[in-house]
Amino acid sequence: MARTTVGRRTDWGDAEAALRSLFLRGLDGDASAYREFLQKLSAHLRAFLGKRLFGWPDEVEDLVQECLLAMHNQRHTYQSDQPLTAWVHAIARYKMIDLLRAKSVREDLHDPLDDDLAVFAASATEASDAKRDLGGLLQTLPERQRLPIVHVKIEGLSVAETASLTGMSESAVKVGIHRGLKALAAKFGGTAS
Amino acid sequence: MKTDDLINLLAAGEVAVPRRSASGRIGWAVLAALPLSFVILFAEYGLRRDLVQAMFWPMFWVKVLFPLCIAVAAFVTLQRLARPGVRVRQAWWGGVLPVLGIWGLAVFAWFSLPIEERMPSLMGQSWRICALSIGLMALPVFAAAFVALRRMAPTRPALAGAAAGALAGGLGAAVYALHCAELTAPFLAVWYVSGIAVPVLLGAALGPRLLRW
Repeated sequence: MARTTVGRRTDWGDAEAALRSLFLRGLDGDASAYREFLQKLSAHLRAFLGKRLFGWPDEVEDLVQECLLAMHNQRHTYQSDQPLTAWVHAIARYKMIDLLRAKSVREDLHDPLDDDLAVFAASATEASDAKRDLGGLLQTLPERQRLPIVHVKIEGLSVAETASLTGMSESAVKVGIHRGLKALAAKFGGTAS
Repeated sequence: MKTDDLINLLAAGEVAVPRRSASGRIGWAVLAALPLSFVILFAEYGLRRDLVQAMFWPMFWVKVLFPLCIAVAAFVTLQRLARPGVRVRQAWWGGVLPVLGIWGLAVFAWFSLPIEERMPSLMGQSWRICALSIGLMALPVFAAAFVALRRMAPTRPALAGAAAGALAGGLGAAVYALHCAELTAPFLAVWYVSGIAVPVLLGAALGPRLLRW
């Protein structure tokens, strides 16, 4: 972090501290802190990606969702002694490059893929509609992944209730959610091209 | 679907993740796969007969330790590459320096040998099978490291694949050194380094294909 100047750091230092504390509480199982984290994170991502993808405003919301899903699926790779900004920025940049590579227009990009970590510098809460239909993607998952996600994640049932409702074991429900979200992330990437 | 709906979906139910749940994955994968390399060694090659005696020769330890240094440096590098936003810093030097060292030693040995002994010291008895055997020894760790990496999030997949290759190649070469009878620096500098380079290049080629997430 030696390259970051003090003046720049104060711009997003507060956001880093606030988001990090919400995220860590989320990792410990506090679902409402985690929801608040995702909401604030999505606003930052929207501003960060919007600024860099201004040639394709339609793609921004899709990419925000893709980043959120990737960060959720990869949240175990965050080390608690690491700046959250660096982790978020690396994932957002990776997903953005993926999208641009699919579009094969990297050379036309006005704003080069910079290394600055300004991902929390701005925040945009106005979400436009995503083009991609996540609900439709969900329908393409096999039942053992779709049903756990629908019951636990959308209808709000517990893992135990879902298990008795579907006849699956509790661990199968948990595995189904986990694999289903990963599969969704993969389908996301697949439809971006 | 609106982004808020996605957020509600992700935040519903259990969101907890055990702290440090990712930290041991690559290490455990290597520990689980390494015995397989020894199985290949014992089944197909066997230990060198004078192993105990060889342990008193400095060159034997050079042969075992230079690939091990590469493997340790590759392991540290890989742990960093496997997580988004963690800087690699200088760890990769630990993999380059042993190679430079063995190359320096080889050049020195080459020019201090009489001309007619130079080529034999380079080719040894086993140059044909050396690099291939190291690649074979590296295979279990290579596969295990890739399986572990697929559950992590490398944002530079080619580099991560190459580091996994260096880890596997270094360990494979160190295991193969327990069989191999060659003890000259020029041999190690060419054939051992080639044997380690093969999984490195393979990893760099496979990384972008296999490590997407």
